[in-house]
Amino acid sequence: MAELSNAPAPSQEALVDIYRRMIRIERNDDAIRKTIRLGRLVMPYYSARGQEVIPATISSLLTDDDKICTIYRGIHDMVAKDMPLRPLWAEIAGRVDGTCKGKGGPMHLTHPETGVMVTTGIVGSSMPIANGLAWAAKLDGSKRVTIAYFGDGASNIGAFHEALNLASVWKLPVIFVCQNNGFAEHTRYENGTSVDFIAKRAIGYGMPGHTVDGNDPLAMYAAAHEAITRAREGEGPTLLECKTFRFLGHVLGDDDKYMTKEEKAAAIAKDPLPAFKAWLVAQGHATEDQLADMQAKIEAEVEDAQEFGLASPLPSVDELRRDVFAQEMPA
Amino acid sequence: MTAKKMNSLQAVNSALAQAMAEDNKVLVLGEDVADREGGGVTGATAGLSTRFGDDRVKSTPISEQAIIGAAIGAALSGYKPVAEIMLMNFTTVAMDMIFNHAAKLRFMSGGQSTVPITIRTLTGAGWQTAGQHADHLEGWFAHTAGIKVVAPSTPADYKGLLLSCIQDPDPCIFIESAGSLFIPGEVDEVATPIPLGKARIVQEGTDITIVSWSSQVLRCQAALPALAEAGISVELVDLRTVSPWDREAVLASVAKTGRALVVHEAVRDFGPGGEIASTIAEELFGQLKAPVRRLGAPKSPVPFAKVLEDAYIVSPERVAEAVKALMA
Ligand SMILES: Cc1ncc(C[n+]2csc(CCOP(=O)(O)OP(=O)(O)O)c2C)c(N)n1
Ligand SMILES: [Mg+2]
Repeated sequence: MAELSNAPAPSQEALVDIYRRMIRIERNDDAIRKTIRLGRLVMPYYSARGQEVIPATISSLLTDDDKICTIYRGIHDMVAKDMPLRPLWAEIAGRVDGTCKGKGGPMHLTHPETGVMVTTGIVGSSMPIANGLAWAAKLDGSKRVTIAYFGDGASNIGAFHEALNLASVWKLPVIFVCQNNGFAEHTRYENGTSVDFIAKRAIGYGMPGHTVDGNDPLAMYAAAHEAITRAREGEGPTLLECKTFRFLGHVLGDDDKYMTKEEKAAAIAKDPLPAFKAWLVAQGHATEDQLADMQAKIEAEVEDAQEFGLASPLPSVDELRRDVFAQEMPA
Repeated sequence: MTAKKMNSLQAVNSALAQAMAEDNKVLVLGEDVADREGGGVTGATAGLSTRFGDDRVKSTPISEQAIIGAAIGAALSGYKPVAEIMLMNFTTVAMDMIFNHAAKLRFMSGGQSTVPITIRTLTGAGWQTAGQHADHLEGWFAHTAGIKVVAPSTPADYKGLLLSCIQDPDPCIFIESAGSLFIPGEVDEVATPIPLGKARIVQEGTDITIVSWSSQVLRCQAALPALAEAGISVELVDLRTVSPWDREAVLASVAKTGRALVVHEAVRDFGPGGEIASTIAEELFGQLKAPVRRLGAPKSPVPFAKVLEDAYIVSPERVAEAVKALMA
């Protein structure tokens, strides 16, 4: 774990809370994958296994009032934001008790109560909308902040460039969090991106930009703390480039032949989850028993959510006429 | 000529290879299309960069506007680019390039400019990809002057029509659709281009004409046995090209049968079926034995839940029901 020089050190409580969010993401992801493999869930799944530290750390610094916009690979961002798992499971199962009544599905969950405002399937589109949420916070005189999550590949689409410029000109309380996992579908970072560090692009838009080890909770905490504080204090946006790796390819079932076995193995060997757990115990921030107990509770929560989701009723076809407009359409 | 059994995705690959071999002005660009990136996420462009070189087959960043823009620029310089927009919904972020530029440059330059680009794009409900990955937007493009819209349903047509799009002097959008992509059929290894704007009669009949295109043709076809059993003689017309569409073939067929049903996967309201239905009504008013009917998706985004997605798509059962109602 690298310590940043002038960064505020997270409290013991904060560290354990980050771990709680990480393990909740991972246990939930594991259950989703198992359920898909058993054929009990049918859905395209973009696992974020390996990327847990980023939203876990950021969310530990957010309240329910703070907003996020995320992407198809975003269930980790939602779970980190403490979205309840029952409606999450019902949604990915396409059931009425889902966050979106089964209409949105795994790429498009929305849960305003926990600040999950938009989940987009269109690369780049989380950022312009995050600006609007941040603008509203400013108009409301609120100190809430908005996080726009996106991938490295998304930094090459027009929406990224327009959104960063606008956020800077309007000094918006938004943090652009790029989860740089080194690949955009099958394209390796350097074959699609003109700069060696996406954070460098911040210079062009007049905002601070930092490249952070997205698998290191302490480095992430320091960088996120600074960016979030800056946004809350009305000093404007920040671009955080968080370097990480996705362990399970682009979409579940992809054979990831576009990466080498060695680089994948090397990344998995540095899995941040067991590493952080060991560190917490070694530093005396938590005991093995305490973390095992935490994990058992989370596993029970996941199991309950899974049962709930899969038992929830299927939507009626009348739902095709509802929610298209505020007023139900005639049959 | 040797024919081979292949699915429509393989037919696309085969058409691209043939076009590139025949004309070195043909280029391919799009996200992940080169072999270094696996030859396309569906494999549609597999092998092309290895065979024709990285200069002619280029993977791009996730930048749809830049993809279409580059295709237009190369086309203005004499090339014939085939740009892949991975999914049709992603054309939305390149709409300025497609609608304001590719489609209009010939007219607005007084005929000096020509933009012979082909935009290949995949779409269609059925894979539970929900509201931002599955829309059939052919109506948007068909409404635009200056762009041709092609939507085949069989492997042979995928190949023959893609070859024509690539050779065509105007921009074409070539729609690959989920419901027909993996159905095999016979395809010539060296195929002859199939002319744009010409329909294909899937089955001849005398009682009623069904007009359809893209994957929806297969769902209409699936309704035919039940209808035959019910003693109804159906003429099924696969339009293949949505714009310009084969008015002659459709009108000749309906003049014969006196009844018409237009069926598409796209949303029915304000959909392309309206154009066809109203043309039939205008031209054949006195000869119709029943009102012209349309079937299409409800005015709803494509839903995720399987039960809703199934209800969203016009099933063979609903086609059969509508035909029977028109015969009653
Ligand atoms: C506008 C648009 N173009 C293409 C796609 C298809 N697509 C989905 S994910 C993806 C790769 C995105 O990579 P990155 O931004 O690095 O995020 P990651 O998937 O690695 O988390 C692509 C090209 C899309 N969803 N939207
Ligand atoms: Mg990525």
